[in-house]
Amino acid sequence: MPKRKDIKTILIIGSGPIVIGQACEFDYSGSQACKVLKQEGYKVVLVNSNPATIMTDPELSDKTYIEPLTAEVLEKIIAKEKPDALLPTLGGQTALNLTVGLAEKGILKRYKVETIGADIKAIKKGEDRLLFKEAMRKIGLDLPESDKAYDLKGAIKAAGKIGFPLIIRPSFNLGGTGAGTAYNMKEFRELARRGLESSMISEILIEESVIGWKEFELEVMRDLKDNVVVICSIENFDPMGIHTGDSITVAPIQTLTDKEYQKMRDAAIACIREIGVETGGSNIQFAVHPKTGRMVIIEMNPRVSRSSALASKATGFPIAKIAAKLAVGYTLDEIPNDITKETPACFEPAIDYCVVKIPRFTFEKFPEAKDILGVAMKSVGETMAIGRTFKEALQKGLRGLEISHYGLDSKLSYNKIPDKKIRQRLKKPNASRIFYIKYALQKGYSTKEICALTKIDPWFIENIREIVDLENDLKREFGRNKALSLESLRKAKEYGFSDRQIAGFIQSDEISVRAWRKKNNIRATFKLVDTCAAEFKAHTPYYYSTYEEDDEVQVTKKKKIMILGGGPNRIGQGIEFDYCCCHASFALKELGYETIMVNSNPETVSTDYDTSDRLYFEPLTFEDVMNIIDKEKPDGVIVQLGGQTPLNLARQLEKAGARIIGTSVNSIDRAEDRDKFAKVLKKLKLSQPENGSASGKKAIMEIARRIGFPVLVRPSYVLGGRAMKIIYDEKTLSGFIQEAQEASAGRPVLIDKFLEDAVEVDVDAISDGKLTVIGGIMEHIEEAGVHSGDSACVIPAHTLGDDIIEVIKKNTYALAKELGVKGLINIQFAVKGEQVYVLEVNPRASRTVPFVSKATGVPLAKVAAKVMAGKTLKESGFTSEKKVGHICVKESVLPFSRFSGVDILLGPEMKSTGEVMGIDSSFGKAFYKSQLAANQNLPLKGKVFISVKNSDKRDTVFIAKKLSDMHFELIATKGTHKALTSNNIKVQPAGKINEGDTRILRLIKKGELKLVINTPSGPRGQSDMKPIRSLAVTYGVPCITTIQGAQAAVNGVEAALKGSLEVKPIQEYHKKGD
Amino acid sequence: MQAILALEDGKIFKGRSFGASGERYGEVVFNTGMTGYQEVLTDPSYKGQIVAMTYPLIGNYGVNKEDAESRRPFLEGFAVKECSKIASNWRSKQSLDEYLKENKILGIEGIDTRALTLHLRKAGAMKAVLSTIDLDEKSLIKKAKHSLGLVGIDLVKQVTVDKKYLWPGIQQGAYKVAVLDCGVKYNILRELARYKCQVIVLPAEASAEEILGLKPDGLLLPNGPGDPAAVKYVIQTTHKLIGKLPIFGICLGHQMLGLALGGKTYKLKFGHHGANHPVKDLKTGKVSITAQNHGFCVDIDSLDQSKIEATHINLNDQTLEGMRHKKLPVFSVQFHPEASCGPHDAEYLFRDFIALMKKHA
Repeated sequence: MPKRKDIKTILIIGSGPIVIGQACEFDYSGSQACKVLKQEGYKVVLVNSNPATIMTDPELSDKTYIEPLTAEVLEKIIAKEKPDALLPTLGGQTALNLTVGLAEKGILKRYKVETIGADIKAIKKGEDRLLFKEAMRKIGLDLPESDKAYDLKGAIKAAGKIGFPLIIRPSFNLGGTGAGTAYNMKEFRELARRGLESSMISEILIEESVIGWKEFELEVMRDLKDNVVVICSIENFDPMGIHTGDSITVAPIQTLTDKEYQKMRDAAIACIREIGVETGGSNIQFAVHPKTGRMVIIEMNPRVSRSSALASKATGFPIAKIAAKLAVGYTLDEIPNDITKETPACFEPAIDYCVVKIPRFTFEKFPEAKDILGVAMKSVGETMAIGRTFKEALQKGLRGLEISHYGLDSKLSYNKIPDKKIRQRLKKPNASRIFYIKYALQKGYSTKEICALTKIDPWFIENIREIVDLENDLKREFGRNKALSLESLRKAKEYGFSDRQIAGFIQSDEISVRAWRKKNNIRATFKLVDTCAAEFKAHTPYYYSTYEEDDEVQVTKKKKIMILGGGPNRIGQGIEFDYCCCHASFALKELGYETIMVNSNPETVSTDYDTSDRLYFEPLTFEDVMNIIDKEKPDGVIVQLGGQTPLNLARQLEKAGARIIGTSVNSIDRAEDRDKFAKVLKKLKLSQPENGSASGKKAIMEIARRIGFPVLVRPSYVLGGRAMKIIYDEKTLSGFIQEAQEASAGRPVLIDKFLEDAVEVDVDAISDGKLTVIGGIMEHIEEAGVHSGDSACVIPAHTLGDDIIEVIKKNTYALAKELGVKGLINIQFAVKGEQVYVLEVNPRASRTVPFVSKATGVPLAKVAAKVMAGKTLKESGFTSEKKVGHICVKESVLPFSRFSGVDILLGPEMKSTGEVMGIDSSFGKAFYKSQLAANQNLPLKGKVFISVKNSDKRDTVFIAKKLSDMHFELIATKGTHKALTSNNIKVQPAGKINEGDTRILRLIKKGELKLVINTPSGPRGQSDMKPIRSLAVTYGVPCITTIQGAQAAVNGVEAALKGSLEVKPIQEYHKKGD
Repeated sequence: MQAILALEDGKIFKGRSFGASGERYGEVVFNTGMTGYQEVLTDPSYKGQIVAMTYPLIGNYGVNKEDAESRRPFLEGFAVKECSKIASNWRSKQSLDEYLKENKILGIEGIDTRALTLHLRKAGAMKAVLSTIDLDEKSLIKKAKHSLGLVGIDLVKQVTVDKKYLWPGIQQGAYKVAVLDCGVKYNILRELARYKCQVIVLPAEASAEEILGLKPDGLLLPNGPGDPAAVKYVIQTTHKLIGKLPIFGICLGHQMLGLALGGKTYKLKFGHHGANHPVKDLKTGKVSITAQNHGFCVDIDSLDQSKIEATHINLNDQTLEGMRHKKLPVFSVQFHPEASCGPHDAEYLFRDFIALMKKHA
């Protein structure tokens, strides 16, 4: 069928900020959809609150709304743009839930908007667990026993009927929040209560536990002619009971016979038909009993998902792109396979390699949270590796994780780990279980024992055993012969061992092993990902490395530039850097370069095969990157856009002969190295908070004493403020030193004087070596001391005087010049009174580059890439700072609801996973929008609880007065109460929780308390109020922990009360700015 | 132990031996299925061929009793990237290595199967030798060159049964189907039995009279190995039976039917061997993902278009995948509606066969 002509305008809903369970994969799918539908001639209207996405680039859609994702806002957009159709299946759970909301409110009907891809009935049937079960029973599929409950009493009754262990899942929620497993009634009561609370409709599903069963997923696509194909099959290494986002997963399925696989395929096809997903992709999960083979269907997502992104990258089949085409009426047999060109997309990819995906966790950021895994997702990113064998892919994946493992290596010595610990780490799924499997094997555990403890399939354990056995053989051979044979070396490489691991076995170093193997012609060979196992000619250069005979790369004679990506998402390094890498690739293509992308993150746009001319899906380690450089011999390598990952490789790569373009490695070092940087500042006569650096405990203490408390302590060369802390006294410092030393990994620990009550300012600028142009000056809303990635910030800097701005600009120009920056530079300043301090300089792309680009309309990363390739700023037409007539607020989004027991206070260690942008004509409105978008629903009436530290009391009076004037009811703790009443503000008193007054907690639970303002002082204040803050997060009550945040919030509420919010596409904002 | 796969054009793949040792000749082909190696091994159509699996990890789930497609493996050799040392599946009875040893089938692992596939894609399927006893490359290439190959060779007689037999299960069926065993896969028989047919399997040499003597409701011409043109006796038998009873041809059966109807077959460059081939039903427009295993193809233009029409085409290369007689109860497909290994999408063709028998009963 040809495409539909009866629809002209299509609305696409994005997935909003990056949160755990919903990451860049939806930028990948959304951008593909925008591109495809625009190419097909439709008018595309996009809504997404996340500025760090490629999909919100103004060129990708006709109208791009960076607005909060709420039904109210969407209605305004629908009223304005009058779309004929809404495509809800590419923006994750957020888009799906919003679509259901719009339908239920009658908005879609009112404005005659048709949902394409999946209709409301299908979405509900797929999402509502009971409807889903009914549907599956109807078509004869087996399911775990289950029941639904709406209150605790009903839940307990259902539990008695089914029997333990049981899984409790709340309906209509995201990524499995609030889900858990109960082994007894006590655990059950607690989980049921929490589940009922976290469900949007106060409904939980109680289910027979299939924990420990084998877990599988199929990615299925369907078209309007009812053709259905399976794009990819996935087997979870970790069994049922661990969220698939937290599981190591493998494609294709490894341990099912064809008979069993086909049965699953039939079930998946029957499922998508019955649910009624008309067109597009769905992810369907199954569990199989390891002893009996009983297969039950677990769930289906009637939309493109994280697994679809993985499946697309694993097979080369662009699921989202095809889904968008199917949604407008094309059928699978009409769409050509991009990769082979001559065969159609109506087929099932055959892959001839093994893909391993490994989740990346960030438990070190949340020390109070346990690293135990369950049915609620906790990982913040993932890496994917391709190898010809599972062993090779697993080891590549482990080094791609960038957690300083270079394969399946050992950080602990196995004979020092007690059996009890091994058993415990194997039994309770956790972030480092894969390494404990190794330790167990080294200790002589049998496969059977390990399988019994972990419930992982013996096939995987045996393969890991082969890796461990080879490691032993290599060590033994070296012990015996004081050398390793070339045959053994080759075998080690085939098993995925890194040069670094091998060096460890033979008392050598990475560089020597590399030289030795190259000399003996043991080199990485590159193979194509082609969807068809070489059956047809492939036209898309998408490669992975292995150690075999044949190499398929055909190196061209064109001028080429390699861009190193950021690897797996983590807190501190995520989509923002991928955005920059993609932009560099687009810009360099414009200049006629062949672009080569290297990255290992399957969620991203950068690992889409049509983003760059060539894609290497490889870990970002020195060895893997150098292998590609040896092959491609690029004219330039860009390291400043992918975050800290490529930057950390820069020196080594340059030493090995790579040509790093942009800011030189020495300049990077001058900015990163504390001592050298201090000299730079001294030379330029710029101020810096007093500081020092040292490695030893004694020296660290001495520096702190010299500069005086409070001090800011942090390790060098890390991103996202890892192990960074503000310390007010010697005792705390003494306790913290070890952690800082560990995070520093041998490099010195940095100690700065902490500037209290200073305003922090972030500057992004570009320099071509001669001219430096400011991209944006952002004023942070929270005080200095809150990590810049966690604080809200605003463009333009609205409270700073012109003289201060002038100083900041001058300092920026001077620093860029002195450091010889070619490309991007990010500088953080602190303004205290009239004094401007330089806190930090990063001669690389910063997290705020996309935000600045969206706020100003200047594609900074593109301009920077052109500068790196030798163009001047003048040639790129960017010679002066862009003035904007509107206000943009960036707000960060925090994952606290995922980690129970973790306090939500902000500090110098970054904890946010994502960001949103609010854009409007005034600060109040923009801030209000940013809060709405970040799911901090600022109230317009109701009760507000205020408890602030002494130094904030004066500012609080003003805030409270405004709230009171706007008819909020105020409640405050003793000190705050006193300060407010003495200023004639009406306020009720509240006692302390530890003194027995739990009224505030009750008000939160009852949903009466609408806002918490709590700025705690010192450790005691922090712990007193912790229960209130935690409960507020659990119940979705906005909780503001800084006085500046509270001020901004009050401004926002005031603006929102004055008039309803308006929506406007960024294309119009940017036009106005010209 | 070392093993070498030598191709007639001089290309050599050195690997490790698994399964049996010795030396065997065959045409080397690649199969792109990611599951189903046991079905591949036991598919008699692979007689005369050395099969390379493009999926690198083979043997993972071992070998079981139920999934065999014939009484034993008939292929000449099996080439994989990595033969799993462990067999992990609740139905597994033995490892792949043990199974091949027991059945005296040579295996080679540790070769760059993707390089082999690329080579075959470019150069076409070719004669080869797999050896663990002669490791002299020159000698092996010579042997490969001088080996018989497939064209013009009747391989059916090497795989067919000696005596006719009744497929167990259905004694008194709705329909009686005669199957000429040219190398039939059990799943064809299982499918017929599932539709409550009484299935009588006859040796390939069975005459038309003998078949008609059984008074069957239909004849099924199944899959089998090699060059259809070399199986003259089956073509003749088929020719005699056309119009006398409903006939359903599958794979080799489809090709022999084409020849019996006066058409020609030709050899494909490297054939279709896998489980992901899209086939379009020209009547309904719907696409089935099909299992395929053939090196020859019916030339639709060689057939009398006033009598015969194409019913299915392959969307990858537009080759003929199915045809039917416009008047007589005869139809056939090039792919495998019985799947095994592969998707069940085309299973509807058995229903069509049943309907055809019903109509002509």
